[in-house]
Amino acid sequence: MTPVVDISDLTISFATDAGAVKAVDGVSLTVNRGEVLAIVGESGSGKTVTAKTILGLLPETATVGGAVLLTSSEGDSVSDVVSLTKKQLRAVRGADVSMVFQEPSTALNPVYTVGWQIAEGLRAHGKYSRAEAKLEAIEILRKVGIPDPEVRVNHYPHQFSGGQKQRVVIASALVLNPGLIVADEPTTALDVTVQAEILELLRRLRDEFDTAIVLITHNMGVVADLADRVAVMYQGKVVEEADAKTLFASPQADYTRRLLDAVPRIGQGRVRTEERQRVRAERNEGGVVDVPVVEASHLTIEYPGRFGAKGFRAVDDVSFSIGPGEVLGLVGESGSGKTTIGRAIGGLTRITGGSLKVLGFEMLDFQERRFKPLRADIGFVFQDPAASFNPLLTIADAVAEPLVIHGRAKNPAQARKRVDELLEAVQLPKSYGDRFPHELSGGQRQRASLARGLALGPKLLIADEPTSALDVSVQARVLELFAELQLEFGFAALFISHDLAVVDLLADRIAVLYHGKLVEEGTGAEVLGDPQDPYTRRLIASLPVPDPVEQAARRTLLARIQAEAGAN
Amino acid sequence: MTTSLLPTDAPSVVAPKPKSAGGGFARYLLVRFLLIFPTIFILVTLVFILLRTVGDPITAAQGGRLTADQLQERIHAAGYDRPVIVQYLEYLGQVFTGNFGNTISDNRPITEVLLTYGGATLELAFYALIVAFIVGIPLGMLAAYYRDRLPDAVLRIFAILWYATPVFFAGMLLKLVFSVWLQWLPVAGRATTRTELSMQTLPNKTGIYLIDAIALGNPAAIGDVLAHAVLPGIALGLLTAGVFLRLVRTNVIGTLGTDYVDAARSRGVGEARLVRKHAFKPALIPIITVIGLQIALLLGGAVLTETTFEWKGLGFQLAAYLAARDFVAVQGIVALLAVIVALTNFIVDIIAALIDPRVRY
Amino acid sequence: MTTTAEPVTTLPPTKPGLLSRLPVLKQLRQSVGLQRGMLIAGLALTAVFILVAIFAPFIAPYGFAQLRDASGPFGAQQPPSAAHIMGTTVGGYDVFSRVIWGAQTAILVIIIAVLCSIFAGILLGLVSGYIGGWLDRVLVVIADAIYAFPSLLLAIVLSIAISGGQSSLWGGILAAALSITVVFIPQYFRVIRAETIRIKAEPYVESAKMLGASAPRIMFRHVLRNATRTLPIIFTLNSSEALLTLAGLGFLGFGIEPTAAAEWGYDLNKALSDVTSGIWWTALYPGLAIVLAVMGITLVGESLNDLADPRLRGRKRVKEKSGTMSLTSVDRPLPSDLDIQEENA
Repeated sequence: MTPVVDISDLTISFATDAGAVKAVDGVSLTVNRGEVLAIVGESGSGKTVTAKTILGLLPETATVGGAVLLTSSEGDSVSDVVSLTKKQLRAVRGADVSMVFQEPSTALNPVYTVGWQIAEGLRAHGKYSRAEAKLEAIEILRKVGIPDPEVRVNHYPHQFSGGQKQRVVIASALVLNPGLIVADEPTTALDVTVQAEILELLRRLRDEFDTAIVLITHNMGVVADLADRVAVMYQGKVVEEADAKTLFASPQADYTRRLLDAVPRIGQGRVRTEERQRVRAERNEGGVVDVPVVEASHLTIEYPGRFGAKGFRAVDDVSFSIGPGEVLGLVGESGSGKTTIGRAIGGLTRITGGSLKVLGFEMLDFQERRFKPLRADIGFVFQDPAASFNPLLTIADAVAEPLVIHGRAKNPAQARKRVDELLEAVQLPKSYGDRFPHELSGGQRQRASLARGLALGPKLLIADEPTSALDVSVQARVLELFAELQLEFGFAALFISHDLAVVDLLADRIAVLYHGKLVEEGTGAEVLGDPQDPYTRRLIASLPVPDPVEQAARRTLLARIQAEAGAN
Repeated sequence: MTTSLLPTDAPSVVAPKPKSAGGGFARYLLVRFLLIFPTIFILVTLVFILLRTVGDPITAAQGGRLTADQLQERIHAAGYDRPVIVQYLEYLGQVFTGNFGNTISDNRPITEVLLTYGGATLELAFYALIVAFIVGIPLGMLAAYYRDRLPDAVLRIFAILWYATPVFFAGMLLKLVFSVWLQWLPVAGRATTRTELSMQTLPNKTGIYLIDAIALGNPAAIGDVLAHAVLPGIALGLLTAGVFLRLVRTNVIGTLGTDYVDAARSRGVGEARLVRKHAFKPALIPIITVIGLQIALLLGGAVLTETTFEWKGLGFQLAAYLAARDFVAVQGIVALLAVIVALTNFIVDIIAALIDPRVRY
Repeated sequence: MTTTAEPVTTLPPTKPGLLSRLPVLKQLRQSVGLQRGMLIAGLALTAVFILVAIFAPFIAPYGFAQLRDASGPFGAQQPPSAAHIMGTTVGGYDVFSRVIWGAQTAILVIIIAVLCSIFAGILLGLVSGYIGGWLDRVLVVIADAIYAFPSLLLAIVLSIAISGGQSSLWGGILAAALSITVVFIPQYFRVIRAETIRIKAEPYVESAKMLGASAPRIMFRHVLRNATRTLPIIFTLNSSEALLTLAGLGFLGFGIEPTAAAEWGYDLNKALSDVTSGIWWTALYPGLAIVLAVMGITLVGESLNDLADPRLRGRKRVKEKSGTMSLTSVDRPLPSDLDIQEENA
């Protein structure tokens, strides 16, 4: 049987401001009918570039060498995508191979109906009347699981939810029944519960339509869930290729092993939690009264609507507390209100109801002037390390900011000694203080961000998704550093994340938020080991684990939970 | 000449909010409508204050010609010796009821000046817009399609050249070549005297010569009116076309780089269609908003074009009143234009919002 | 996600030299192909414009208000000749000299107008964007109202208010410059305000807020410097608008008296009737001067605009298999504890 696509010795270079950069270096891969090949790698590994080459979608700054032999969907002809003319490429795209994009909200044109956009692909490849094309569009929307397709076909993208949008994108890729679908991080922009549904849909494509899928992802759990075969890419080369079970069971390449080790797994955090408890107990023997650092009761935060429209309630009647030296993990999907709570504690968002006491200060009657002295005791680490530093200040100046603002130093130069100590504490060479943020890697910037957060020796650190913008292996090291620092300095922390496994690694207690409400709270063992709330159960079951065998079992569990939820 | 060269950002305090659910559009419409009033109020106030800093309008206009007593008498009769704040409030009240005052030099109501000459300016703006749309939008799309290649470079140089050429200089060159040297087209004016006289006989004139000529049913008159319109229309139109070209180019290049265009490409949609359909329509929303702002460019340019071609419209009159130092007339015409600008921008914003389904639904 | 996602930096960090940090030179090196051609053409035209303005007394054979020399009056509307290479105007001035001197007037007006509007616009935009609330809303409505209005008309009204219409050299220049200033403040205001609002939501500003930094400290240390990066572009583009507005004012008779200074727009106004009688030289040369000066500045502005926007910036194509592999974040050498101890020792 001829493979659907046969890539041989692919090499791609790009022109950039910094000169020519090689992105892919001698990659050879094949994909067969009805097979899911996952290309895994971290940022800069060349996986997306490889995938885009299959459709001839590279920008003009790219130069391609090697061959990409693509078999047509009828299986009667083979063509080399690299050497096709523009016109030939157009004929191939959509009919023989099509693509599913990462961000469903930008992959659909906002000013056309979804039906029009699906029909557009049809009409690019043959004669369809308007009515015929629409019928086809309705049919394919039904197949990808959009309810009421006859009505929804006339809707605009913004009228769909994120998961539904991704279904529409898949429908538009599927409508001509191509032999191969390239899915570029198809679930990365989605919440984990929605991710499970989209993965299920992709699996159905493979099984029912016999479509081959090239799955580009950085997420080992997604790979374990869907892939038949896996190629691991690193620095533009394929370092290992094996079928999924073999790869996870006995990874050969050094890099693959490191990558798999770095993936956080639920249950890893138990040892650490116990140690923290022990240390806390020792510290508290001095007879310090255990007053909570943060105490929220019936906390409500509403955003006002525009022009008299109804306001939006982001946080709804939430109560929790964080004791001294305790790490509370706040978990939730997008729109759950977790970031809003973090901002409220930091005094960036005003609360509208209930009570929120931060270091004894009631945030309901917030006044910047009175709150300012307390700010010295609160550190903050933001999600995006690239954006959380003023690009025009050196790292040392940025880390010195809290010291200068709170009068511990007159100017950044005077603070330099303390800054050097801090950089050392987060394991950065002190010479890095003279660099500008763009001269550091993501992980290094996030270390510097920690240094700034800890500069004044805070009693409370708020970390909002501090590792979600980082690659897996970098994330592992930053998380480790966080845990070490917490143990050393003993600050209390609110750790906000969408990733249960990450939170489990660090938190003493976990609080689960859903649509602004707190649905479950308890120790890691309680919440993850024996979840009571149906949403928590669904959330845990949706999280794919990096092990194909275990993941297959979890899928069955998730199906059961969903069936139960459906029955209720 | 107002031509923001960076016109890609659409201004607005009340930018339509994409996420607003049903009823959002009605609310946007209302808020946007209410915004017309402060806009007019601000401009009218600004012009009033500025022109009063020179002193009272009667002294400004006739200071040299009348004795001090006569001046005083006329100032008192017109009420210009009252406190400025009283005059201001009275003026605001008048503007609100559609009364923009009387000119000093020939004592006509400003509204009558508008009715007499507004048609001519409207006609000129119409011709210019046709030229700008026909030339600017397709060429802008073409430039985006061929970006950074030769056709793009040529088109951009032309766009910059059109923008860099003051409309009156362009007008003078066109006149020199086509009217004086080649003698193909008339030098100035809106029509020959004969045509104008024959149009005077019409029972209900519109002041828009093309319509009047068609109403006459005289092909020679229509041809005459059109021949007069060619050069002013091109001079003002090309200036606007240059701005449109760049506007369309930048925005279409922006949308060409989006995921949804890539997605359409991955479905096998052809490049030309990608530009025409997938990139152009989303780009149209900011384009239309900014085109609304170019009304200002068009009006400013109309004043200069009308002066160059003796095209007897509002701009020509404004220049005449300026020369006569009749500041009441200037104030009236400028205030009137403020109303027109505010209304046009309102309409344009609504059109832009209607194109965007995120606002409509 | 391509290889460019992580900046490829070499160690150790080097401070770029002073020359390459100058805004325009940096872009000149960055540019390729047609964009570079446009930028160079623009810079050349602008340089000629500036040089002519500076050296006008040496280039121009006569004064801008000179009507006669040793051999008698120049005469009106004389065609180009050896004595007057661009002929003479209806008023009897030497066209060539007035074109040269006009560059001086134009540049003075541009400098004053752009400097004044930049400072006022930046300050207002920064405060309005950062503080927000009612102040912001009121300022935005005012700025939008002025912005949407024909700036030429406003400039006319302003020049009446400032100078009563006509005046001396400095009076005329100031009147023209200040009228243009007021008209352009809203533009700077809008750009800086938009940037401020964008930057205000950046994590590094939020972080400064979290630390308890005062509003002025945040505005000036964190927001201002990051918000003004687009200014060279607006600066050049507004310069060309200032020049066109000045010419428009002059054309409508609100320019500067011919005896006070040379002004291209005014000369074109006087040439209007010449054109009808086929006299071309009085209109052509001042007009061309405006076109070339505006084109030069606009070309520079447009190129800077393209280069500042990665979407619009062109890049050289590379040969197959060339280039070095970029480091991914994974293998960026992270200092081991040992290294740190060494470095810190």
